Amino acid sequence: MSTVTDRRVTVWQNKISPNVKVAGSGSPVVFLHGAGGLIWDPFLDKLAERHTVYAPEHPGTSSGDPDAIAHLDNLWDLVLYYYELFDALGLKSVPVIGHSFGGMMAAELAASNPERVSKLVLMCPIGFWRDDAPIPNWMTISPASDMPKYLLYDPEGPVAKQMFGAPDPEMQIRMIWCMACTGKFVWPIPDKGLKKRIHRIKAPTLVLWGSDDRLVPAVYAEEFSSRIPGSRVEMLGQAGHVFTLEHAEKVAALVEGFLS
Amino acid sequence: MYISTFHLMPHRELPDDFEKRYKSIWVTAPFHELADPKRVGQYYNWTFDELIAAAKAGSDGICTNEHHQNAYGFMPSPNMMGSVLARSTQGLNCALVQIGASLPGTQPPIRIAEEYAMLDAISGGRLVAGFPLGTPMDINICYGITPIEQRDRYREAHDLILKAWTAKEVFPWNGKYFQLGQVNLWPRPIQQPHPPVWIPGSGSTSTFAYTAEHDHCYCFLSYFGFKSVSLAVRDKYWETCAKFGRDENPYRMGFLQLVGVSETDAQAEKDYAKHVEYFYHKGLHVPPEWLGIPGHQDYQSMANAVRNPAMARNFAALKEKRFKDFVEDKFVMCGSPATVRDQLKELCKTLRVGNLMVLLHIGSMPHDLTLKNISLFFQEVAPSLRPMWEDDWENRWWPQALRHKAPEGVAA
Repeated sequence: MSTVTDRRVTVWQNKISPNVKVAGSGSPVVFLHGAGGLIWDPFLDKLAERHTVYAPEHPGTSSGDPDAIAHLDNLWDLVLYYYELFDALGLKSVPVIGHSFGGMMAAELAASNPERVSKLVLMCPIGFWRDDAPIPNWMTISPASDMPKYLLYDPEGPVAKQMFGAPDPEMQIRMIWCMACTGKFVWPIPDKGLKKRIHRIKAPTLVLWGSDDRLVPAVYAEEFSSRIPGSRVEMLGQAGHVFTLEHAEKVAALVEGFLS
Repeated sequence: MYISTFHLMPHRELPDDFEKRYKSIWVTAPFHELADPKRVGQYYNWTFDELIAAAKAGSDGICTNEHHQNAYGFMPSPNMMGSVLARSTQGLNCALVQIGASLPGTQPPIRIAEEYAMLDAISGGRLVAGFPLGTPMDINICYGITPIEQRDRYREAHDLILKAWTAKEVFPWNGKYFQLGQVNLWPRPIQQPHPPVWIPGSGSTSTFAYTAEHDHCYCFLSYFGFKSVSLAVRDKYWETCAKFGRDENPYRMGFLQLVGVSETDAQAEKDYAKHVEYFYHKGLHVPPEWLGIPGHQDYQSMANAVRNPAMARNFAALKEKRFKDFVEDKFVMCGSPATVRDQLKELCKTLRVGNLMVLLHIGSMPHDLTLKNISLFFQEVAPSLRPMWEDDWENRWWPQALRHKAPEGVAA
């Protein structure tokens, strides 16, 4: 288990001070979390065995400053904000891993300025829309009764119990606000023009997907890989949308193999 | 006391097993399975007739509202309704309480400034301008507005509308959500500097502050009677008013109440029981998570609601309740004129409400019963409520031309 430290960084004309969780040592890697918020999980622990992991919290979701999100109006602002955050962390060109919403952001960062992202790992990212495979709007799904079905391969299993077992109001508040702050950039349909920009990605790219993802169906893997030259898809069996929790070891090994 | 008649224009004939067969009355209820366009035309016309009957019976105001993609109340355009009502109530001392067109979902929002000004002009200065935020189902899901931007858009639209009404010169609007190079509204409202503004709400603390700050009237649309939640809302609202240095004028507060009047209490149960249950069981059949879409409430209101889920508990318990419970918990006031009179007096006194709104058509109520309710209410109940507050306060949130004559020296 690595030691995780919280580092507060101030960017964007001193208006936003996100918390960045930092752990491990070795070459740097950035992890961008999904719409539900940053949870330091065994996958990140594994990653921190060989790397310095930087996991920033999405603006507005760090404790004490929920209104920070008001300083970023749109996706363009958010992309530039991340470059500033990378600058503040001393990261000129860095591998970026993104999960779900964070995956879309990782792809946007790699497409907007290919020099900032040296390698790209997209874990079941959003960012595309197919009418034949609509993505359920996670912000309108009941967290208690329905969310496990959409997020997990086994909605009754131990991961489900750990994530949704005993709802703690403070955790609920964090999760709701994180969905609010990430939803700002993708409501009501998570297709905000990545298809016009994705061809600009130059970073070697690994696309990871759970074969049983019921939130962002696995057909979307092809949408990404066909548009990113030289990218590779790894389809994980018996895996849902949060496969880093369901298959931490396996995912860590795949990512490690790709990064090294 | 000023009493306005509210109408939702609901589907009156949903199947008995509606709430078991369908996930929601809002957003996803399939029109072609559940409704017939011609029959719906009849509902609209009954609604007009009922509101006009209320105006003729002495209702101080008649209220329309905006909702989308649902069978709970489907006036997608309250101002189309208001236009017919403005024309049909010419010569009556009845305000048009448009409560109203949703600010964040109207693009550009000067459309509301224009339509309200038209209504004020057509009605001869009888408009009350409701500025609703809109429900998450209407605005976020049906109209696609980003939840976390809803309140911010609202505030900008509010400022733009007021400026469009009052500016003497053409002006540019360089907003965050709306950019208009040259704003020069035609027509302008008759009421100067602008019609009174009411802000409907369901208990968000940030709305209290916004209302008090701008010196508007707050209307609590609760459906949950005046026990627990309403008392908490009352305390917080008046405390907020005091914080902003506002007086205790009871006309700062509006409240919506479901009311059914019959000859006796027993007859009222016979008349209204099934319609009240229809309203609560079918009309409010909405997945609770849709009422709390992340971002629809600001952080503090959301955190308060998660830590103290009184409203959510009320909502979750509705399907268990029967008519007697709704009466017992004062969600509805049904009974003889004397019963309803006493309860409404107690409500208005307890909550310090000067602008009472009554829902006299409830759920599946047929047209004839609605007319009976309207007639009994305004003949037997309303007259004894009217004197409340009148000796001490003036209703500054009411069209000047329609204000009751206040005694000399009454605080404005």
